[in-house]
Amino acid sequence: MSERASVPKEDEADAEAEPAEDETTDEQPAQTGADAVATALENAGVEYLFGVQGGAIMPVYDALYEHDEMTHITMAHEQGAVHAADAYGIVSGEPGVCMATSGPGATNLVTGIADANMDSDPLIALTGQVPTDLVGNDAFQETDTIGVTQPITKHNIFAQSPDEVGTDVGHAWALANEGRQGPTLVDLPKDVTQTETDVKPGKPETPDTYNPPTEADEVVVEEAAKTLADADRPVILAGGGVIKGEAVDELRQFAREYEIPVVQTMPGTGAFPDDDPLSLEIAGMHGTGYGNLAISNCDVLLGIGTRFDDRLTGGIDSFAPDADVIHVDIDPAEISKNVYADYPLLGDAKAVIRQLDDALERAPDCGDWRDQCDEWKDEYPMDYQTPEDEPLKPQYVVEKYDELTPDDTIVTAGVGQHQMWAWQYWTWKHPRTWVTSHGLGTMGYAVPSAIGAKLAAPDQEVVAFDGDGSFLMTAQELSVAVRENLDITIVVLNNEAVGMVRQWQDGFYEGRRMASEYPWIPQFDKLAEAFGAQGLRLEDYDSVEETIQEARDYDGPSVIDAIIDPSENVYPMVPSGGDNARFALKEDHLEEL
Amino acid sequence: MSDEGLRGPGPNERILPEGRRNDQGIRIDPEAEAEHPPERTLLSALVKNEPGVLAEASGLFSRRQFNIESLTVGRTIDPELSRMTIVIEEPRPGIDQAKKQLEKLIPVVSVRELDADAVQRELVIVKVNGEEPDKVNAITQMYDGETLDAGPRTITVELTGDEQKIDDAIDAYEQFGIRELVRTGYAALARGEAPTARVKQPNKAPTESQVATQEVSDD
Repeated sequence: MSERASVPKEDEADAEAEPAEDETTDEQPAQTGADAVATALENAGVEYLFGVQGGAIMPVYDALYEHDEMTHITMAHEQGAVHAADAYGIVSGEPGVCMATSGPGATNLVTGIADANMDSDPLIALTGQVPTDLVGNDAFQETDTIGVTQPITKHNIFAQSPDEVGTDVGHAWALANEGRQGPTLVDLPKDVTQTETDVKPGKPETPDTYNPPTEADEVVVEEAAKTLADADRPVILAGGGVIKGEAVDELRQFAREYEIPVVQTMPGTGAFPDDDPLSLEIAGMHGTGYGNLAISNCDVLLGIGTRFDDRLTGGIDSFAPDADVIHVDIDPAEISKNVYADYPLLGDAKAVIRQLDDALERAPDCGDWRDQCDEWKDEYPMDYQTPEDEPLKPQYVVEKYDELTPDDTIVTAGVGQHQMWAWQYWTWKHPRTWVTSHGLGTMGYAVPSAIGAKLAAPDQEVVAFDGDGSFLMTAQELSVAVRENLDITIVVLNNEAVGMVRQWQDGFYEGRRMASEYPWIPQFDKLAEAFGAQGLRLEDYDSVEETIQEARDYDGPSVIDAIIDPSENVYPMVPSGGDNARFALKEDHLEEL
Repeated sequence: MSDEGLRGPGPNERILPEGRRNDQGIRIDPEAEAEHPPERTLLSALVKNEPGVLAEASGLFSRRQFNIESLTVGRTIDPELSRMTIVIEEPRPGIDQAKKQLEKLIPVVSVRELDADAVQRELVIVKVNGEEPDKVNAITQMYDGETLDAGPRTITVELTGDEQKIDDAIDAYEQFGIRELVRTGYAALARGEAPTARVKQPNKAPTESQVATQEVSDD
């Protein structure tokens, strides 16, 4: 998506002018494995790298010294590097790159790699490793990074030789990007990166055993189209795969042409505009009542690029119980993993929607169903109270921020109540504008991901909604935002608690608030100032607009410490594993569930 | 935003849909309550000989909680490829999921579920007390086994066969006192002309060289 800096250096421009036959590379200095790594990244069009220096990765950093077409962003912590790279990948659509040294550097990346794995985000991690003759000896800063990351990467590679390391990095980049996107890792022993090689890496390519499906089986497409045309109560469930597969335009056109209501999963947020009459917005544990009712009562569910996570489905036995499920996915293993697919459409979302469109002879006759959905919208609106005498409501801050900013503003969020309020009360109109940790639920994601998002889309506004607990986990990355002078705003919805835990304790643990209240947190506006950012404090309704404007007007990072009503909770809510049609709209309802 | 609070009836007052899925995610007639019982299944995977591929496959099975009965691995005639034979006991959706997850691993070239009539064998080495060598030898002969080592105090034999045969033989040896035994787990190939490695798959198409080597190794 983003324009790549692809100005070749002079000598390379010459090399490009003459085809590869000419192998007189005598005047070129011998390159090392580390040079090959850097060249492979350059060949992939990498613009930014996020990382932290260290002993075992030093040769790669040294090689990057010569590659000024790529910018390295030094982060305060490796977790910051991986989240920033992850967000860069989500916003740009191409793999973000993070790097760290061996041992603790590599293990500090683990959370973010697992995060990217759960959300199918395109990401490459490059980790230093002790020299191969020390591997297995518990050498200084040694960890079995391959072993540690095997369950949380799409693929990982232990680089064996300087001649192959360039190809390894190319494979990692291509695999992270193609098919179902995901994180890959290359572990780079110091001797491999330090040793000389005359092998020049080419363009990134996937290994020959990797051939993701493209178009779905025609017969199944025909059957699915027939089922959809005959539906009385159809619903489209748009997942993250719609956005990752660049199928947003196709989805919008398809839904509008056949007038089928659309619900989005959390990673699919932005695939379909919230203000479209067909939109039922979002589904799942904290989704809209109408979105969940539509899924619970539909007779055909067209799920596109969704893995039917349990936070979305609630109890499997009550999820779309009457529906024939048409499941479009590029990953064969997602078909019938959680919800049995009556019509599995294995393929690329963009291509399969087109196939369905070609096969669908008429729109389903579902005017009554759309009316029913609209009734539900009126009956169960997203709503909250704003009494003047009570402290500030977080939903109000989100809504106001949304009102004041352009439609393509990118919102990042940590994990917790603030994340749910941001998700629920923002009006989503564009893909790649909602950047958060969906599947893994990683607290601390907001600030580093705002940094990655801003670098991927410098012309778009970026706001990070964070909670006080979540912000404390990665607040040190504010130093990076200040150093790079990134024009981002961080809104800390501060209720002096890990609010989601407290909400569950109040709802399901008889109010025993064990370790969930944080009355000892610092003043975040002052903390921001200590880092060199602008710090603002927000406590009442009257100054909401003015404070937001002040933050937006400031050229650089701002932190708004928004002191919100600590008694405010997230509704609607379906208890874990519950029936999505039985959502609570307020505390009293929980007792009925 | 409004001051009137949240509207809408409580969960108990809402109309709920009638049908249900079962806990395997399959929509069922609530009267019938169909469930899938576990089945014993033989999977054969052709994998690239890369370091860590066994760990990757076995790790996949353990972390996804597939009930694995045995797993063997050894090289094919192509030095770049190994064949894994995996026996799992899972309900049908679990078997399908195990196959698909295994197939997703990058070093995996092919995964195929073998029919029940596949040629399958396990090797066992049994070390028994050697006080009655004649009797031990008689049983070894009865089960087409071979004596690998015989000393004054112990006799070690090897046997191959299916699970039933090996279980029976072990029962027979017990009278002498079994000191130690080791079983390899199953190795299997598809019977007759059927290839063990399926080469044409929706999501993986091996390169020409792989197809060629597979044909050789499958013959």
